[in-house]
Amino acid sequence: MINSLDKAIIGSNCIIVKVNGEKPIKRRLMDMGLIPGTKVFVRKLAPLGDPMEIMVKGTELTLRKADALNIIIEAVAEE
Amino acid sequence: MKMKIALAGNPNSGKTTLFNALTGNNQHIANWPGVTVEKKEGKLRSNKDITIIDLPGIYSLSPYSLEEVISRDYIINENPDVIINIIDGSNLERNLYLTTQLIETGVPVVIAINMMDVIAKKKDVIKSDLIAKVLNCPVIEITALKSEGTKELIDAAIKLKESDYQFRPVVWYSKEIEAIITDIVKLIETKVESDKLRWFSIKVFEKDEKVLLDLNLDPKILESINQRISEYETAHDDDSEALITSERYAFINRFVNKVYLKNKLKSQDISHKIDKVLTNKYLGLPIFVLIIFLVYYLAISTVGGFLTDYVNEVIFGAGGLPGIVTSWLEAMNAWPWLQGVLVDGIIGGIGAVLGFLPQMFVLFLLLGILEESGYMARIAFILDKIFRKFGLSGKSFFPMLVSTGCGIPGIMAARTIEEENNRKVMIMTTTFMPCGAKLPIIALIAGAMFRGSPIQWLIAPSAYLLGIATIIISSIILKKFKGFAGKAAPFIMELPDYHLPRVKSLLFHVYHKLKSFVKKAGTIILLASVIVWFLSNFSWTLQLIDNPEQSILAGIGKTVDIIFSPLGWGNWKATVATFTGLIAKENVVGTFGVLYGFAEVSESGAEIWTLLSVDFTPLSAYSFLVFNLICAPCIAAIGAIKREMGSKKWTWIAIGFQTGMAYIIALIIYQIGMMFTGVFTIGSVFGIIALIVMIYLIFRPNKYMRMQK
Repeated sequence: MINSLDKAIIGSNCIIVKVNGEKPIKRRLMDMGLIPGTKVFVRKLAPLGDPMEIMVKGTELTLRKADALNIIIEAVAEE
Repeated sequence: MKMKIALAGNPNSGKTTLFNALTGNNQHIANWPGVTVEKKEGKLRSNKDITIIDLPGIYSLSPYSLEEVISRDYIINENPDVIINIIDGSNLERNLYLTTQLIETGVPVVIAINMMDVIAKKKDVIKSDLIAKVLNCPVIEITALKSEGTKELIDAAIKLKESDYQFRPVVWYSKEIEAIITDIVKLIETKVESDKLRWFSIKVFEKDEKVLLDLNLDPKILESINQRISEYETAHDDDSEALITSERYAFINRFVNKVYLKNKLKSQDISHKIDKVLTNKYLGLPIFVLIIFLVYYLAISTVGGFLTDYVNEVIFGAGGLPGIVTSWLEAMNAWPWLQGVLVDGIIGGIGAVLGFLPQMFVLFLLLGILEESGYMARIAFILDKIFRKFGLSGKSFFPMLVSTGCGIPGIMAARTIEEENNRKVMIMTTTFMPCGAKLPIIALIAGAMFRGSPIQWLIAPSAYLLGIATIIISSIILKKFKGFAGKAAPFIMELPDYHLPRVKSLLFHVYHKLKSFVKKAGTIILLASVIVWFLSNFSWTLQLIDNPEQSILAGIGKTVDIIFSPLGWGNWKATVATFTGLIAKENVVGTFGVLYGFAEVSESGAEIWTLLSVDFTPLSAYSFLVFNLICAPCIAAIGAIKREMGSKKWTWIAIGFQTGMAYIIALIIYQIGMMFTGVFTIGSVFGIIALIVMIYLIFRPNKYMRMQK
């Protein structure tokens, strides 16, 4: 199922399909390792519901839902 | 042999620790020209000929963030002899991503893999020799915190400089990209040095605007290149920049598992368990409030406050240093003016600086613990949603909180905000919070004008509300001006693993913050204190006077007090009190005391309450209070603003903005208030105009804001 990262289910694993957005945003997201083909674990939301916390390449990242909207993901089954 | 080494690496990679370990006390901290990003330079402890330049912590060399542009401009234009690239061994993949870009610049790179002790503890294995082979550069394992491996690191850097280093590419991109790059190389060969040819060519392929501007290629040639890049982009359904980024990561992915053998034991488990509580959906906010309360309680109310009071009242009080020096000078029959300039001017000025130090020490220590332990990043995570509404970020909370104690550490706490525009806004607005020294002014006005009134208890809380509201309004207004228009930057941040703060690096950090404050702010405060002392103790005929009414300052006050008439308090005493408040806000009450004929008044000025109520109405008194709370802060804080802004121009902009805001808000409050009592004058017209302008500035569309899709 193709979706954007901000709508991913908490506690689910997914794979990045594509990164969209204006150049500065896109570049920054990709610089942080959010590259197509990368596995992402969606850990939790902040107490107020935004931003979100994800695990990528062994480290925890936090990003706003508004930015996560640019990341297109495909859900994958738990290993 | 003179040598320049640039230190580059990701945030949280231990760069500052390594820099401290290498340079010890031989540091010079300033700002990069024209921006509020810290520039640190130091001489190597063991060899003063070697200069280390600490570049800002970055993830990439993209052209979009200020820190990254500073770093790459330095590397490309200033030609450091060697780059030491410090990488966090436990997060190899993302760290090596920057490494591949640094190597591409053509400057020789030495890799320092840090936190080897942590890696050893986790029983992970890093194969440094293999990394060295793949990336064609020396790799040294270090533990910066224990200064382990730092000597070998410097030796490797020196050896690399002396060797006959020849740049050769390590990352090879796809055949089609390489073909295009080869053609770009031919076109720009004459324009750049051979070592940097590949870097510039790749940037042209990435359509890096800054590089294209510098190269200034013939538009026709550029057009033909862009044509080919576009074809490649269409074929691969992404832009050239993203394709390069993907290939860089793919290159690292191909070998990272061979060089980093991870033990199965999940070491992040502890961090996750802590986070289950600290960023818990229900507990996260209450725990945050508790921690903040503790920090505030320790730094401002108890330990720090106590120490600051001690310095102010005992060491620099009447019975302390000033008393001792006075009695010496009297014993020597020194001229009275010399006594004055020494005791009131210089010692008073030094006291104003040193008095803040204990509080700042405790505060910076606690903030350092929060930062080092990894909790500060969680605060941003928890609060971001609230602060974003006002164009601020999750980290804006700290400067505001700290400023309720003292604006100086508040301004300095703005450092923790990564984004330069937000940092500037915070530096300019954080002193709107009523600091400890402004409390006596609040007590004076509440006591003198609102005593027994049903709203007396509201005066103090209203001051805090006004502070917060003014910060929010200012932030909204400032963000709509070009100088503050934030580039579209996403909020994406690492949440580092929790770890215990290390005493040594913590103390080092605090020490340097305090030292730079004393050095920079001290000189300004001292000079200004002497000048104001002179103005308030001498007459126009340069006679030392007893009656402050004859002083130069009073003379100036009487001339310029008309400026404050529209605010309802155009009398020279209030004007002079406001001016002396620039030295330290505590002075406002004391000055009123002196001007009304009391040698000494209590902190809240109870002695002059009756006299004050003759010259003021409640409304004009409140307008006076508002002006003094919001206008330019004390000179010590202005010194801190100058230090943090790193530019005279921006310091003046800050002072001008603060004073302007103070004037306009006080004008609106006084004039609109007067209209409610049925008085309508020409002033009311200005009041209404000011209100309309303010509302316009708040609600006008922001033409610099990025379009949200």
